[in-house]
Amino acid sequence: MNADNIILVKAEDLYNEASRLRYDAKQPMDYLRDIVGMDWGEEGLGALYYMECTATGTRMVLKAVTADRDNAFLPSVCNLWKTAKIKEREVFDFFGIRFTGNPDMRRLFLREDWKGYPLRKDYDMNSNPLNMENEENADVTEEYTLMPDGTIKGKENVVFGSEDFVVNIGPQHPSTHGVLRMRTSIDGENIRRIDPILGYIHRGIEKMNESLTYPQTLALTDRLDYLSAHHNRHALCMCIEQAAGIEISERAQYIRTIMDELQRIDSHLLFYSCLVMDMGGLTPFFYGFREREMILDIMEETTGGRLIQNYNVIGGVQADIHPDFQRKVKEFIKHLRSVIKDYHDIFTGNVIARQRLVGVGVLSREDAISLGATGGTGRASGWSNDVRKHHPYAMYDKVDFREITRTEGDSFARYMVRMDEIMESCHIIEQLIDNIPEGEFRVKTKAIIKLPEGNFSTSVESSRGEFGVMLESHGDKYPYRLHYRSTGLPLVDTMDTVCRGQKIADLIAIGGTLDFVIPDIDR
Amino acid sequence: MEIKKRTDIRSMKYEEFRNNDYLERMVKQLNDDGAGVIVGTADELINWGRSNSLWSLTFGTSCCAIEFMALGAARYDMARFGFEVTRNSPRQADMIMVLGTITHRMAPVLKRLYDQMAEPKYVVAVGGCTISGGPFRNSYHVVNGIDKIIPVDVFIPGCPPRPEAFYYGMMQLQRKIKVERFLGGVNRKEKKEDSK
Repeated sequence: MNADNIILVKAEDLYNEASRLRYDAKQPMDYLRDIVGMDWGEEGLGALYYMECTATGTRMVLKAVTADRDNAFLPSVCNLWKTAKIKEREVFDFFGIRFTGNPDMRRLFLREDWKGYPLRKDYDMNSNPLNMENEENADVTEEYTLMPDGTIKGKENVVFGSEDFVVNIGPQHPSTHGVLRMRTSIDGENIRRIDPILGYIHRGIEKMNESLTYPQTLALTDRLDYLSAHHNRHALCMCIEQAAGIEISERAQYIRTIMDELQRIDSHLLFYSCLVMDMGGLTPFFYGFREREMILDIMEETTGGRLIQNYNVIGGVQADIHPDFQRKVKEFIKHLRSVIKDYHDIFTGNVIARQRLVGVGVLSREDAISLGATGGTGRASGWSNDVRKHHPYAMYDKVDFREITRTEGDSFARYMVRMDEIMESCHIIEQLIDNIPEGEFRVKTKAIIKLPEGNFSTSVESSRGEFGVMLESHGDKYPYRLHYRSTGLPLVDTMDTVCRGQKIADLIAIGGTLDFVIPDIDR
Repeated sequence: MEIKKRTDIRSMKYEEFRNNDYLERMVKQLNDDGAGVIVGTADELINWGRSNSLWSLTFGTSCCAIEFMALGAARYDMARFGFEVTRNSPRQADMIMVLGTITHRMAPVLKRLYDQMAEPKYVVAVGGCTISGGPFRNSYHVVNGIDKIIPVDVFIPGCPPRPEAFYYGMMQLQRKIKVERFLGGVNRKEKKEDSK
């Protein structure tokens, strides 16, 4: 039921087939949503390539398998999509599949001296005890090339040479929004290259999912991107409901949509607060948090949680809305509309802010698509990528709203997109809040949920981009593999492209406007 | 010198605290050991100052850090209690507040930051993840409790803890500092490793 249609290609044809789809005349698959590594046991290791055509919204999935577990090789597609470079590193890190032609085959999340590949089914969970040795980062990386005679040749690429002046930023740094580490090579004041080092908050959620029942997996989604907790959980609930064929009531759909939008406002207010604080202004931080606390109050009354609410469940929502919910939401929106002018007065029009944001860190539309930089970042570059518009879910096809896009692609555009989205979210909530239909807020589901065999995927528009859930079920009560499309991983990957040639002082402002949350990247 | 049997702070009444027993043990220990009048009085004065100006190192790895930010904002305003100053350098911090999951890759970094801090230093473990691994206990990459790496003074449970819980934990730390022997106690000179 609603399972993804997967096209199996031979490993050696993968590149040609992907290339044909990428440059197809009718509908070029120019946006690679994700690469999901897989361990199919007997069948071998492999990967699923989720792609989408940005013009028509058509989605496709390619599957490539290699039977050799010890020397697993697949051709790289990083010439076709820039985002593939980091996604393939992730697959290598988890499954040990090497990609021929990818210039950077280092581990992504785990330590360089990590033994084994944790997401393989035969991985021994105790094989890597806690290692308190400080980690040394190698400056060289390996690249594998497939020779015409079928042999694989390795060569070494240099990440940072002896002529590079490398400044280390993070992982303990107040303005990287978590434990991101960036090795930044600079030339005077200008950035030459950024090499993000991830994994400082990698919790292995995807592996844990494989031993949790479906209702249990929900709990971990809130901790991915805690500023999009509702969206993440909404996506997984939708995916499981879709697969199990559970129809949820309209009341639950309304509540979910309103909660999603409240969460978006919450996240964007925090974005505003943190961006301004990173750039040296303290007052707007208090502005943003003042309004954010009002949202948290509303959410807390209904869900019982402030930051992590655990509200969506399979079949609806955990509890009905509080009797005061509608009144308070309306009051809040009225209040927000009256104070948003202060936000713009104090920061948007500020000369210093404009000089540091306008024209800085430009990301072109082509790069945004190729890098898979969804959300406000992509929309600021003119890429219309709002999942709510292109693949509507919940109530989004019934409400009227505008997708905010800009064309400049600079830091200021990214900032303005998010500020305008706050107002657009208010507009969506206003259309729904008075019309919540009566009915059940949660339909009864079986105690043990088993999904039919197949691959299922859904995506939602979270606060910072497309959040996807890719699930493979083998008919069990546990998922065989449950992968999340991180919204932040492509955004961090964007840093290198955007920051090259910019001043090191602008790095934090650019990172702030890209708006990534690290636990979502590392999962 | 007779040390007061109780460890009072202005923010909350003694009876309203629930975990008084270990502090009472500390007070007893202090009384049993005894201290000179001058040293004891100086200790009290210094500890009064120390407990009301705890500077914490900002060490947010995930969700709990956002609640800590809410603590800094106007509504929960932690400046009332004297711990609003956060430092980004471990050299300037009195305490490290571990906000969020500590993974295997982060663990050496945490240890290193802790080692870089000047004595006397304190550790507050915030949230389920730092206490025991929390929901990620069974993961291959999560440290099950930071007390395996560094000594912890106060645990604040929750996922994430409410701001009120943060206060409670921080006030417990303040009370603990108040009954410590400072001169010759926590302020002792570090022994050099080679002078055995």
